[in-house]
Amino acid sequence: MAARKITTPLTDDVVRDLKAGDAVRITGVVYQARDAAHKRLVALIEAGEPLPFELQGAVVYYMGPSPAKPGNVIGSAGPTTSGRMDAYAPLLMQHGLKGMVGKGLRTQEVKDAMREHTAVYFAATGGAGALLAKCIVGNEVIAWPELGAEAVARLEVKDFPAIVVNDCHGGDLYEEGRKRYAKTV
Amino acid sequence: MHQARDLDVREVTEAVKAMCITANYDLPQDVYGALVEAKEAEESPVGKEVLGQLIDNADIAAADRVPICQDTGFAVVFAEVGQDVHLAGGDFEAAVNEGVRQGYGEGYLRRSVAEEPAHSRRNTKDNTPAILHTSIVPGDKVRLTMMAKGGGAENMSSLNMLKPSQGWPGMVDAVVETVSKAGSNPCPPVIIGVGIGGTIDMVTVLAKKALLREIGSIHPDPRIAGMEAELLEKINALGIGPQGLGGSTTALAVFIVEMPCHIASMPMAVNVQCHAQRHKTVEL
Repeated sequence: MAARKITTPLTDDVVRDLKAGDAVRITGVVYQARDAAHKRLVALIEAGEPLPFELQGAVVYYMGPSPAKPGNVIGSAGPTTSGRMDAYAPLLMQHGLKGMVGKGLRTQEVKDAMREHTAVYFAATGGAGALLAKCIVGNEVIAWPELGAEAVARLEVKDFPAIVVNDCHGGDLYEEGRKRYAKTV
Repeated sequence: MHQARDLDVREVTEAVKAMCITANYDLPQDVYGALVEAKEAEESPVGKEVLGQLIDNADIAAADRVPICQDTGFAVVFAEVGQDVHLAGGDFEAAVNEGVRQGYGEGYLRRSVAEEPAHSRRNTKDNTPAILHTSIVPGDKVRLTMMAKGGGAENMSSLNMLKPSQGWPGMVDAVVETVSKAGSNPCPPVIIGVGIGGTIDMVTVLAKKALLREIGSIHPDPRIAGMEAELLEKINALGIGPQGLGGSTTALAVFIVEMPCHIASMPMAVNVQCHAQRHKTVEL
């Protein structure tokens, strides 16, 4: 499958050009954040306080790695289920978040926010954590180390494979792909 | 008088520790083979690519001695303790937990257990406690099975207290509905464990035990084998496909375990397992 190379941070032009079903290879910085980190990020926004990273154009990766073995950049590092971040994602998009990498279904509210704020949702292959870790070349915890695997980390990725599931035009690969292969038995 | 065999619980700790690590690094051969077969048969090009990634991932994990998936799971341990064994030298349950603690530490596995789920949700930092299911069986051996159960697929599981009048068609609907609603969330292709009968507590254990069957094995009761085949066909007809991106492989296998139930009841549990079906068994 031919994949398109994109770099972060993402601009509106790049996001608008991405369509559900497109395979991409992401290079640049993505921010690791999952449940506990999202709760804290949203609390900071609501309190009007600064965030640990620049949200404008940012891509978050819903992921909590296994511990790195000595000499490795990171442990296994595949996506977690995105739906648990649905309660927080629209506010982050309102404040500039452009891309989310995870796996699994999003709510209508999240998909609506993606259209409104020009953002994109990518799926990485769940359960391919050993493979995906090979595309992570830099890893620095930048906030809340006490959260362990749930801390926020600045990850440098190189040709990280993902696929566009929800684009900013309403396209939804989970729905379209399923319809294409559904059979009656 | 019949003499019991002494088994030092430190052997239990060592065995559990080793299983936690190898289960997380080495995908069982039956699952690996099923992924290879699925890749051949998959109709969707994207699905084929995803299955190829999963095969490559299993190869990397085994060669580099790293976890297949970063979610290295809740440690579920089934212990079948022979009634002629005397467990010596300490507390059996503590020995199992010590094995989990050491295995998750030394194996660089992720600690994924939160205490006080309703309030602090603090990480217990050593992946304990294990979920321990102990049964007493004849003989003088201890058989231990360790399963690393990830959260994403577990969350998509369901308990269905059906009415007996709903019969098998009601069960088929409930299983297919569970997998359909789960969509891409549990990391398809999935393996489905179905427990039928018993009580609300037991039926979920049956569903979990069902997941331990070898992929490709045929149930000895041809009626149940037929039910499993019917469910597998209906699930794969959903079109969800590998990672939910569309395709003909949504499940690799469906396994049923049943037991008698109350005349008023028809409990059925569906335990959803991701493609990283990690488990090991040892006999001591």
